Amino acid sequence: MTEVSVTKDAAPATDDLVVLGGVNKHFGALHVLQDIDLTITRGEVVVVIGPSGSGKSTLCRTINRLETIDSGSITVDGKPLPQEGRELARLRADVGMVFQSFNLFAHKTVLQNVMLGQVKVRKTDKKAAEDRSRQLLDRVGVGVQADKYPAQLSGGQQQRVAIARALAMDPKVMLFDEPTSALDPEMINEVLEVMQQLARDGMTMIVVTHEMGFARSAANRVVFMADGRIVEEATPEQFFSNPRSDRAKDFLSKILHH
Amino acid sequence: MNVLVDNFALFRQGFFGTLSLTGASAVLALLLGVLIAAFRVSPVPPLRAFGTLWVTLLRNTPLTLLFLVATFIVPEVLTTGLSSYQLAVLALGFYTSAFVCEAVRSGVNTVPLGQAEAARSIGMTFTQILRLIILPQAARTVIAPVGSLMIALTKNSAIAGAFSVTELFSTQKLLSDQGLNLTVIFIWIALAYLIITFAISGLFRLLENRLAVAR
Repeated sequence: MTEVSVTKDAAPATDDLVVLGGVNKHFGALHVLQDIDLTITRGEVVVVIGPSGSGKSTLCRTINRLETIDSGSITVDGKPLPQEGRELARLRADVGMVFQSFNLFAHKTVLQNVMLGQVKVRKTDKKAAEDRSRQLLDRVGVGVQADKYPAQLSGGQQQRVAIARALAMDPKVMLFDEPTSALDPEMINEVLEVMQQLARDGMTMIVVTHEMGFARSAANRVVFMADGRIVEEATPEQFFSNPRSDRAKDFLSKILHH
Repeated sequence: MNVLVDNFALFRQGFFGTLSLTGASAVLALLLGVLIAAFRVSPVPPLRAFGTLWVTLLRNTPLTLLFLVATFIVPEVLTTGLSSYQLAVLALGFYTSAFVCEAVRSGVNTVPLGQAEAARSIGMTFTQILRLIILPQAARTVIAPVGSLMIALTKNSAIAGAFSVTELFSTQKLLSDQGLNLTVIFIWIALAYLIITFAISGLFRLLENRLAVAR
C-alpha cells in the first residue's frame, strides 16, 4: 500500500527529495516512530523539534539508514533506501550527516578528516581533494586549524569541521542530529551561523534541534514530534505564535519562558 | 662456559630455529587473528559464526593436542607432504590466532560507535571503515596484550621440539642426552629465550610509544 503510493510520488520526478511513508520503528516494546509521513522538497529547510524521547533523533537517523525501520518506506531522490551494502554506501555518500557528538576521526588531522571521504569514496584525486577541503574549512572558519587533531579543537570548531566533512561529499541533503546540544553556550552561535549560511545557499536540510531561534529564522517548516508521532507541521511563524495542538502549546510554554 | 663454546653450532641452530618458528607463527597468527576478528565484527552472520567457531575450537585447546593433530592427522587427510617445521608453524599460528582475534576484537570495542557511524554516513564500506578508521584506533589498545601473546608464543614454540623440529628445547634435550651438566645447559637455553622475549617486549614498547604520539 505504502510502496504503491511512494512509487507514484517518485514517478513524476517532482522536487520531493526525501519521502517517508508510513514509517514505523520499535525499540523493543517502545514504539519510537509511529506511522511517520514526511516529505522534504529540494532546497527546503525542515526543523524537527519536540521533547526528548519523542523520536526525532531516530527519525533523522533512519533517513541514511543508521537506524533500520520495521515498516514503511523511505526514498531519497526517488530511490528507496537499499539494504546494507555497497549501494547503501553510495546513497549515504549523498546524504550528509552531522552528529551531536561531532564524531570526527580522532586519529586523523582536521584536513584528513575532510579529505578522507572524497579520496576513498568519491575517488577524487588527492590534490583536488585537498584544495576543496581547505576551501571548505575556510568557509566554516577553521582553515588555520587544518593540521591539528580534533582533540586540540574546541567543540564549536570540531562541529564546524564535521559540517565541512559532510559538505565535502557534495550531499543532496544534510541531516543535523542535535548539532549544538553538546556545545558550550558561547560556541553554539558559531555553528548556527554556518548552518544559516548553508540554508541561505539553498541546501536541503533536516535539522533536529532545541534551538528555537534557528527554527524561527532559518526553517521553511517546523515539524513538531511527540511520543513517536508528528503532531504538528507548520511554518515557523504559525507554529511559534499560534500552535494548534495542545502538546505543542505545552512544549512551547515550557521552553519559551526561561 | 665449555658447554656453550663446545656446542655453539647446536645452540646457534636451536636459537635460530626458535626465532624462525616464532617469527613465522607470529606472522600467521597476526594475519589470521585480524582476519578472524574482522569476521567476528562483520555484519555477515555466516562469517560471524565462522569466527566464533574458530575461537571456540582453538582457544586454550591443549597445544600438544593441536600438535598431535597437525603431525598425525593433517598429513593423513591432506597428504600434502608438509615438513614438521611447516606443520608446527600451522599449529602455533592457528592456536595463537584465536587469542590475537579476541585481543583485536576487544580493541575494536574500545573505539566509540560514533566513529563507525560517521564513517558509514560518508559512504565508506565495511572493509574501508575497519581498515581506515577502526583498526588504526584499536591498535593502541591492542598492542600491549598482543605483545604478551607473542612472548607466550615464543615459549609455546618449545612444544615443537618434541615433534622433530630443531629449536632450543630440542637442543636442550640433545645436550642433556649427551650427559652434560643439566644446570648449565638450562641456564644457556633460558638466556637464549630471554634474548628473544626481551627483544619482543622492547619492540612492542616502541610500537606503543609511537602510536601514543600519533594523535
